[in-house]
Amino acid sequence: MTDAHPTSTGSPTSLGMPQLPAPDYPDDVRVRLEADAKEIVARYPDSRSALLPLLHLVQSEEGHVTRTGMQFCADVLGLTTAEVTAVATFYTMYRRKPSGDYQVGVCTNTLCAVMGGDAIFEELQEHLGVGNSETTEDGKVTLEHIECNAACDFAPVVMVNWEFFDNQTPDSAKQLVDDLRSGREVSPTRGAPLCTFKETARILAGFPDERPGAVEASGAAGPASLLGLRLAKGEGHHRVVHPRGSAPQDQTPADHPSSHDAPQQTSASDPQHPSGPVSEEGE
Amino acid sequence: MSVSTEYGGASRPEAEAGSSPEKLLTPVLSSFWDEDRPWSLETYRRHEGYEGLRKAFEMSPDDLIAYVKDAGLRGRGGAGFPTGMKWQFIPQGDGKPHYLVVNADESEPGTCKDIPLLFANPHSLIEGIVIACYAIRSSHAFIYLRGEVVPVLRRLHEAVREAYEAGYLGKDILGSGLDLELTVHAGAGAYICGEETALLDSLEGRRGQPRLRPPFPAVAGLYACPTVVNNVESIASVPAIINKGKDWFRSMGSEKSPGFTLYSLSGHVANPGQFEAPLGVTLRQLLEMSGGMRPGHRLKFWTPGGSSTPMFTDEHLDVPLDYEGVGAAGSMLGTKALQCFDETTCVVRAVTRWTEFYAHESCGKCTPCREGTYWLVQLLRDIEDGKGVMSDLDKLNDIADNINGKSFCALGDGAASPIFSSLKYFREEYEQHITGQGCPFDPARSTLWSDRADTHTEVNA
Repeated sequence: MTDAHPTSTGSPTSLGMPQLPAPDYPDDVRVRLEADAKEIVARYPDSRSALLPLLHLVQSEEGHVTRTGMQFCADVLGLTTAEVTAVATFYTMYRRKPSGDYQVGVCTNTLCAVMGGDAIFEELQEHLGVGNSETTEDGKVTLEHIECNAACDFAPVVMVNWEFFDNQTPDSAKQLVDDLRSGREVSPTRGAPLCTFKETARILAGFPDERPGAVEASGAAGPASLLGLRLAKGEGHHRVVHPRGSAPQDQTPADHPSSHDAPQQTSASDPQHPSGPVSEEGE
Repeated sequence: MSVSTEYGGASRPEAEAGSSPEKLLTPVLSSFWDEDRPWSLETYRRHEGYEGLRKAFEMSPDDLIAYVKDAGLRGRGGAGFPTGMKWQFIPQGDGKPHYLVVNADESEPGTCKDIPLLFANPHSLIEGIVIACYAIRSSHAFIYLRGEVVPVLRRLHEAVREAYEAGYLGKDILGSGLDLELTVHAGAGAYICGEETALLDSLEGRRGQPRLRPPFPAVAGLYACPTVVNNVESIASVPAIINKGKDWFRSMGSEKSPGFTLYSLSGHVANPGQFEAPLGVTLRQLLEMSGGMRPGHRLKFWTPGGSSTPMFTDEHLDVPLDYEGVGAAGSMLGTKALQCFDETTCVVRAVTRWTEFYAHESCGKCTPCREGTYWLVQLLRDIEDGKGVMSDLDKLNDIADNINGKSFCALGDGAASPIFSSLKYFREEYEQHITGQGCPFDPARSTLWSDRADTHTEVNA
């Protein structure tokens, strides 16, 4: 474990007292989590396969993976805490310190970085007054840079609690974090209206999102995903595509605070435009 | 005649210019993404969904494997290994459980095909899974989805629920006698888990580190049992092959690279996106139909299949994008992730960032990759900062050579690719960084919004 604290002698090299075992969850929490854990373990022929989802589960309880959470996983699966810690520290999605309700990840892998991800990340750090993997004082937003998130045709991409915010600019990203901090409802370009990081972690543990409309939200596909199909159907350039750089400019940030997230206007529920905001705006 | 020989030849760019997208593109998996709720079972059924499964159940499992082999489907995850052959390697009658594991850990930089596919059409994967499990005699399959894509996870949860409810999963599927459980498993953030043996370790609840081979997963995979690991797109392509026939499939592409596939165009292009086309289409064709590079700019370098495939330049616009064509031109088809960069982009900056990625994602198991990627980053950062010396360029080549082919898994080879290829095509640009003591490029000119305020004179794209 890396979080061995210096003892009261203050000397970092002092071996001091060994760290005490992690405190247990309160009884009611433990009973609830054990029921969830049983369901997770039942999905696999071998119980140890449940470790990754169990770590997501304990993260959904406390917002990060605590020593208590790791002890819980070890108890459920009959592993040592060392075995659990080795796994928990290998994967980047497990947070190891208390963090914000909204994890804002700016892709700075090559393509997004070049297309503007670097500029977005820099401006967000300045705007929020935090560095990489740091959280705003109000506990709302944790900022980090992330690796390629498989959305390169929507670069530059920002993920919030692992929902897609496509084709971002520094201004749209700043508006986004402001909205998150002020508690306005924010909807991603692709994905469901945001829930908190803890609620997201529960979905990752394998418990479906039960919110009405969550599966349908944001329609079937972003405009880039449909481009080839539209061309194949003979819907030529003049009707199908616009130079994508102009799209965010076309948005009117007028009344709704989240109107920088364009697809809301043409969701799947709009019978005239069932497939999303691809065709008309560039004409 | 195969489609690709009709217009895929590298020598006839002029003749290709007039080809219309209607003729060049062949939407199959993406054919109804623009309809209402294409992810739902109802819409999928309306498009002959689960018809391939019915036909598969009429065949014996061995015949089914032979059929997929004859169709010539090759893996869409990067390596291009024949899918039917992977299935055939599973020992039958061995008394052990068999497993199918779908690799949905799409993380290769530039790659963005499986995520939109699963978001819009998850049932094509589920139908393919049932067919594959019938063929290899598996009663438990897993989808290992990278964790960072919650919108896709939601749709997979829902699609699997629908499939169970409709009897496409569970006990005695459609009266075939096949019992099948399907588990959706979300990863937790590690590029290395896209490597199939690291994925299996991760799915067993361990750190995602690759395994020594042999034994191959077909013999000792998940829980040391025979296991097929296939990419999402490979498996999702199977239902259409069974439903429409192998001759239909072979009518697209070439003899050795038959069929349709998803190409993902991204970067400094006027209109990025997904294009489903026969194997062998060229980047020139895709650019011409989609509006070319962004106005006023020209193509400088691009990757044919993600950052791990050696980069190309504008000399390679007419390379047929199939396994053989790209291989013959010195790269790999990979995941068909066509990341295009224009003349505003510093190649040293691009390669440095990719190398930082490989260093970050190296699992640490083997020394050449762990140490090599670390030192590549140090050298590249110095060069980008104008603190490099000329001998650094040979040192870069030398370190990359000590990673390539000498690492435990393909991550190391991938890390070496951008180094080798960028030095091959852009050595002068590296030298400029050294002699000019810094980067001559302005990153602000590369951004999505850089040309909005300007009034650039139009240059041909």
